[in-house]
Amino acid sequence: MAEHPPQAVNFAAASKAALLDPQLRGNFRRAMDGLMSKRAVQFADAKEWHDMRALAASVRLRTLAKLPELLETLEANCTRNGIQVHWASTTAEANAIVLGIMKRVDAKLAVKGKSMVTEEMHLNAFLEQHGIEALEADLGEYIVQLDGTMPSHIIMPAIHLNTKQIAHLFKRKIKEAESIEDAAYLTDLARRILRKKFMTADVGMSGVNAAVAETGTLCLIENEGNGRMCTTVPPVHIAFMGLEKVVEHLEDVPPVISLLPRSATGQPITTYVNMITSPRKEGELDGPREIHLVILDNGRSSVYADPELRDTLRCIRCGACMNHCPVYTKVGGHAYEAPYPGPIGKILVPQMEGLAKRGEMPHACTMCNACVEICPVRIPIVEIMGRLRVEAVRPGDAVKDAGAQASKAEAMVWKGWAAMNASPTAYKIATMAMSKLGNAAPTGLPLLKEWTSVRAKPRFASRTLHDLAREKGIPDV
Amino acid sequence: MSDARSAILAKLRTNRDAHPVTPPPSDTTVLAEKRWAPEERLPRIRRLMEAVHTEFLEATEADWSVVVREFLVREGAATLLYAPATPDGATLASAFPPSPPRGEGRGEGNLTLVPYDRPVEAFKERLFEGIDAGLTSTLGAIAETGSLILWPSVEEPRLLSLVPHIHVALLRADALYDTFWQAMRDNRWAEGMPTNALLISGPSKTADIEQTLAYGVHGPKRLIVVVIR
Repeated sequence: MAEHPPQAVNFAAASKAALLDPQLRGNFRRAMDGLMSKRAVQFADAKEWHDMRALAASVRLRTLAKLPELLETLEANCTRNGIQVHWASTTAEANAIVLGIMKRVDAKLAVKGKSMVTEEMHLNAFLEQHGIEALEADLGEYIVQLDGTMPSHIIMPAIHLNTKQIAHLFKRKIKEAESIEDAAYLTDLARRILRKKFMTADVGMSGVNAAVAETGTLCLIENEGNGRMCTTVPPVHIAFMGLEKVVEHLEDVPPVISLLPRSATGQPITTYVNMITSPRKEGELDGPREIHLVILDNGRSSVYADPELRDTLRCIRCGACMNHCPVYTKVGGHAYEAPYPGPIGKILVPQMEGLAKRGEMPHACTMCNACVEICPVRIPIVEIMGRLRVEAVRPGDAVKDAGAQASKAEAMVWKGWAAMNASPTAYKIATMAMSKLGNAAPTGLPLLKEWTSVRAKPRFASRTLHDLAREKGIPDV
Repeated sequence: MSDARSAILAKLRTNRDAHPVTPPPSDTTVLAEKRWAPEERLPRIRRLMEAVHTEFLEATEADWSVVVREFLVREGAATLLYAPATPDGATLASAFPPSPPRGEGRGEGNLTLVPYDRPVEAFKERLFEGIDAGLTSTLGAIAETGSLILWPSVEEPRLLSLVPHIHVALLRADALYDTFWQAMRDNRWAEGMPTNALLISGPSKTADIEQTLAYGVHGPKRLIVVVIR
């Protein structure tokens, strides 16, 4: 894709709009409270949580330690099993690979299980431009696609909508829909529509939760059965994975598969754990004739370069960091305008898309550490957030568009601040001036204006702390 | 895109070698310590699976086929898809009278046995639109999470446990494991994975509409576990 100078995404403006939407805030508050308490029940045993987390983190770190070798082993074993492996450096390359497969098999309809990588690729829109329908089959994704919007949560894509809103949407978009505001009715309606699509689709698509290098097995977890439909019924299956999703051994899967649903939705396990190792073999009566695995880089190999930022790639995409984030739970997922919202999005997306476009994202964080405490693979999210704030103003090559947020005015202010604090005389004069004249500063000043729009103006004391301390006889030492 | 392949791998190698990672050892004690007494496993599996709307039937090797038949007749199922080439398939068929009504399979009351004996392409519409129930075996179940282990094969196709509205699964009460990890170690799965292996822990479900749990979204609406002692 041609690189134009990237336009910065304005999170502040989008979040302001979200904060003023009481319906949206109510929907998120309810959902996140529910997810947090259900998760807490799953990890009531503190020792088990501690040990499982250490184990899962070690599995992910071992992946990072051996990443190139594991990808080669995965490719060799998948190929031996009959799975065709494709590599894509960019999302454009990945889209081209998919289109090539679709054209070769003359596909008109693809049904999709949930895949965040295809969100990165904007695959649905791309295929639509080429006259191919890509239909989301996960109920939440289906709802979001009908609505023409983006997922607002990586695990619960339609969490920003309530039953009433979804009933209205179905009534508007689906011919046979009746006005019934009931989750069971709406679910059954989607079942009837989508089953026809599973039956007739030319291609099924899915993500991958873990790809096992040792056996060439693709593991997918889900509750609905749409993932199994997409990977079993159509004659061709295309699976998508970010290159960090590989694990070394089959025995590395249970700890990851245990922590993921417990962290995500508070379930002990998902309804289906689907382990796919080959296309249909001689004599078998069902399953796809072809399986393709698309391994996408899209900036990950650059994230991998930096020993600190690299930890971003441990992520298993459970979404627990979103559920616990005081910012995300108030503004919802759409305000980020990114495939990955919330804490993991705030560290991953700026590294993928660059700090010129995404420089604001690492600032959408109070650094409260809630995400770090619940991350099942112990990603130091807040430390990475801090690091990205530095990279945003310091020109360099650790992160795409590093230094893009550097401001001469801000740099000068800090220089002045440093100079003032380095000179006792300047410091004395400045603090004296503040205590005497600070309260006269008009609220219309640039930084004060923002602050005082929702808060009382801070008042300077008439005497400085130093002054008061000296009076008490505390020596300067 | 072999260019992408070599570029990605070369970059990963250079970047890793510049800053190697030393991962901590993977201590699996926490998995090994998840143990339940043999008599606790089945009640635990049952409790966990019933919590997500799985239904249980009790049977013996001698009578399970009759138990299944009577249950499905009672529930009003008209068609039962099965795997005729498996030992369980043969046992099941023996519980139905041999004369095929409507020239298709064996029947009892209004319940007709339909064999899954041809490639899905020759069978798709019937499978999706004309089958009420499907019967499969299992390799056992897992106590920690309440999960059945399914291992589809040439004889027992994958869609048997997915497309029919009711999935009936046979569980031998002596094939119970503590954890997923233990099941894959004891049976040396890593030495030979099948085309598709599955854990199934309940009927298909979703909470995508306002976190309201709804069953039967794409896969089976009901999961019936027949415990055979």
